[in-house]
Amino acid sequence: MSSASSSQMGQLVADKHVRYILMAEKKKESLESVVMDHLRMNGAYWGLTTLDLLDKLGTVSEDEVVSWIMTCQHESGGFAGNTGHDPHILYTLSAVQILALFDKINILDVGKVSSYVAGLQNEDGSFSGDMWGEIDTRFSYIAICCLSILKCLDKINVEKAVEYIVSCKNLDGGFGCTPGAESHAGQIFCCVGALAITGSLHHVDKDLLGWWLCERQTKTGGLNGRPEKLPDVCYSWWVLSSLIMIDRVHWIDKAKLAKFILDCQDLDNGGISDRPEDAVDIFHTYFGVAGLSLLEYPGVKAIDPAYALPVDVINRIAFTK
Amino acid sequence: MHGRPRKASKPEDEAASAAKAVKLRSLQSQFMTYHHEKIYTKEAIELSTKLLEINPEAYTAWNYRKLAVEDSLSRIGPDPNLVKPILDEELRVVENALKQNFKSYGAWHHRKWVLSKGHSSTGNELKLLDKFQKLDSRNFHAWNYRRFVVELTNRSEQDELQYTDDMINNNFSNYSAWHNRSVLLSSLLANRADGFMPEKRIPDEFEIVHQAIFTDPDDQSGWFYHLWLLDQTVNVESPLLTSSWPSHGSSVILSGAGCLNGPPSNVTTFCSETGSFPLILYFDQAVGGVSPLTVTIDSELKGNENLVWEPISNKSSQVSCVWVARLKYFSSQPCGSKDHKVKVRLGNSPGIVSSRGYNFSAPYEFVFTVHVQDTAEDSHSQESIVSWTDGFELWDAQSKDLNSLFTLDQLNNGIDLKWRQAAIDSEIECFRLLADSKIGKLTLARLLMASEAMTLDAAVKGVYYEEILQLYNDLMALDSSHHQYYKNEHSVAFLHKVTSSSESLSRHLFRYRDMNNLVCLRLNKLSLSRIASVEKLLFVQMLDLSHNELHSTEGLEAMQLLSCLNLSHNRIRSFSALDSLRHVKQLKVLDVSHNHIGKHSVDTTRYLCSSPLSNSDWSQDGVRGQNPGLVTKYWDAYFVLRDLNLKQLDIAGNEIADDEFSSFVLQVVPKLVWLNGQKPGN
Repeated sequence: MSSASSSQMGQLVADKHVRYILMAEKKKESLESVVMDHLRMNGAYWGLTTLDLLDKLGTVSEDEVVSWIMTCQHESGGFAGNTGHDPHILYTLSAVQILALFDKINILDVGKVSSYVAGLQNEDGSFSGDMWGEIDTRFSYIAICCLSILKCLDKINVEKAVEYIVSCKNLDGGFGCTPGAESHAGQIFCCVGALAITGSLHHVDKDLLGWWLCERQTKTGGLNGRPEKLPDVCYSWWVLSSLIMIDRVHWIDKAKLAKFILDCQDLDNGGISDRPEDAVDIFHTYFGVAGLSLLEYPGVKAIDPAYALPVDVINRIAFTK
Repeated sequence: MHGRPRKASKPEDEAASAAKAVKLRSLQSQFMTYHHEKIYTKEAIELSTKLLEINPEAYTAWNYRKLAVEDSLSRIGPDPNLVKPILDEELRVVENALKQNFKSYGAWHHRKWVLSKGHSSTGNELKLLDKFQKLDSRNFHAWNYRRFVVELTNRSEQDELQYTDDMINNNFSNYSAWHNRSVLLSSLLANRADGFMPEKRIPDEFEIVHQAIFTDPDDQSGWFYHLWLLDQTVNVESPLLTSSWPSHGSSVILSGAGCLNGPPSNVTTFCSETGSFPLILYFDQAVGGVSPLTVTIDSELKGNENLVWEPISNKSSQVSCVWVARLKYFSSQPCGSKDHKVKVRLGNSPGIVSSRGYNFSAPYEFVFTVHVQDTAEDSHSQESIVSWTDGFELWDAQSKDLNSLFTLDQLNNGIDLKWRQAAIDSEIECFRLLADSKIGKLTLARLLMASEAMTLDAAVKGVYYEEILQLYNDLMALDSSHHQYYKNEHSVAFLHKVTSSSESLSRHLFRYRDMNNLVCLRLNKLSLSRIASVEKLLFVQMLDLSHNELHSTEGLEAMQLLSCLNLSHNRIRSFSALDSLRHVKQLKVLDVSHNHIGKHSVDTTRYLCSSPLSNSDWSQDGVRGQNPGLVTKYWDAYFVLRDLNLKQLDIAGNEIADDEFSSFVLQVVPKLVWLNGQKPGN
């Protein structure tokens, strides 16, 4: 991948993004880092997965990352967003995903982690985020994704989990965070992803949802998350991966979307922002690169649309017993 | 993280940031100490208040506050005068946090947690919500919280419906309000609440949503609500039988495996190695509960006492639009040639239920004739290669055999269509006025399709198809980003048109002489990007879809009689896209040559294919003996081909089809006789 001069808008400046991520990782005491201290585990997953997609995972110290991850684990088995914080299902998934990237799942006490996650399932099939009981279909996805990677899906009631997700299906074909909640691309990704991983996509009306999703593409080529909202690079992941999982991605203009993502790059300093000319961050850098992967942009490894990890990582886990 | 302009930071800003960072870091450290040592003094709690004011996303601080509240409550006892100030303080902290970030999950959840302890007036909550609506009418956290409060206080659905009325009248461009309205209205309609009968209410709602769509046709807020109303108008709640095979009044010759070399016939001949034929029921929506208790079969065919009905769907589903039972027809004694009438009845006993919980209730019966023909065992089996170009005869359109094959007549389901047809006609008139806009054309096309579907009168059936196809052509030009969506809809309308009359369908029907006049449907070179109308094509035994733009076989699973399929020169990207063919047990001949298999790194049917990836196929039989590296590399080819009983396969002209892959195929399908037109080993 050659790095582009600022006159070439149509190129992915991969090397600059790699440098941006590595520098951000080191700046632990910047204001941004300190404010986001509690979700460093998510940040690490976004940064490291992006590096792997650009085939640069080798530029970080695997041992350093792995030992830091383990300092975030609680006696309950769950992982916190950073050392000292409380455990939560959000960070438990990110921790497991990072270990999968490094093929180090074997260092975990799988029984302990899976029991923590399985213990968060409620009577109605839904999942709480932690012991304080917030319920959201994001957590259903997280539990199913996490346990599937750990090959412990049988520890939960999958049928009830699916039933709860289906109860969050709306009349526009989309899904919300709880029954009756408005369809939102992020929640749709979570619900469709969970249904995909559990072989339950027959519950999705693919044509109805496909139309709602393809109408997220605005005149700019970028995608929004709900009707009449602004486009944002992160929806290049959530809308796009959902469309791919239900085999309706051909209903959007892929070239126009790729151009929108590339226009959101900071060509000088690296990193990708939510919209062109906005400030960059790791979150949008990851979703931009992941989106380009789904669009088959050259030089980016293939990413799995349901697990949000490279295909080679998931195939390795799924097809070897 | 969102909506901040990109700008180079000046040294003064950097210094200020650094100072803030140090302060925040010190607050965080102090907080952590209090939290880990379980210190809940006034001072400690105030520190957490400060922390959350700066950073409402610090979730551990919200957890700490809950522990602090529980600690306080445990020490002061149940006196409401003492409890209230503590909880009120929590609500104040939440409100401050929301001022900083009204999308903070932690803040909203903390409020719900406090409220669930009682002591807060819900009048306050609704006032708070009104404030947030004004700030951002699309804030889904606020709408969710509203639903939480409504449930807590038992506010009526009618009152909440009125609230959506107010929101929409204030500003029609409020998708969140339309969404909420759809939830409330569908519940009121389903419960047949007072004043909520569909035949009156739906037309009223059409009027209301017109204002949104016609005021600004580019604003999407009303589009999906309108589509939902259309669905409520067109689709009846209770499931209906759309078609069956064999169909009412048809006749079929049933024979053994050697019959393909037997004397030619003008009537459908079904040959089976297993001595059974598929009885197919095709419903208009997914149903469960099809069984010998709910479907009765009267016939003289022996051996069908314990009939098993299978839903044609993936393994974890108990519901499907398509159900199949395999009726045995060979008894142990040869019985010579004989005609048997078979009568199928359903809807007499309850049990067939749609996935939304509505019963199949209209009793229905159909009768067909089978002629069982003995065949001598033929020692040289029909291993001759099937050609797609030679040996075909056009079907005689005048021949009444066409009608003996299938009926295109709509099953008379006795539903009340009047208000529905009137509503559609009225909508068609309205949307003709918006025919210059994208949503106008798209809605009109959908309305015309709906009208066609409801038309039972053969004289007027089919009048709208030309207009529908033109509208989709217009849309492809007008809204090029969604070109493929309109292309798909165009293909669907085109196939509906082809199958709308015997005359148009017969132009595509042929007989394949070399295989005892198998019924062949040719739909090649039609730019088809999507398969449709399968419910009218259940009788087809050979299907030519070559030279089209198909990328998946979605829909073909119902074609249980299909033994030969030609998909060459299409846009198939992977074997996972052929997953639906695993249900077509009769399939012997498959041509997927000159497609795109192996060309793309992204597999769009990866999760629509049963495999360990979607936790839906674990059977390890046959994996031993395969090279595990190759099974992982060609996982979808492995799982799909393993379940097919192919004799003839063509894969040439695909990037994947190198020597390694070809020899892998021969290992997975050992009974294959022809690969790429050659006998393997040549």
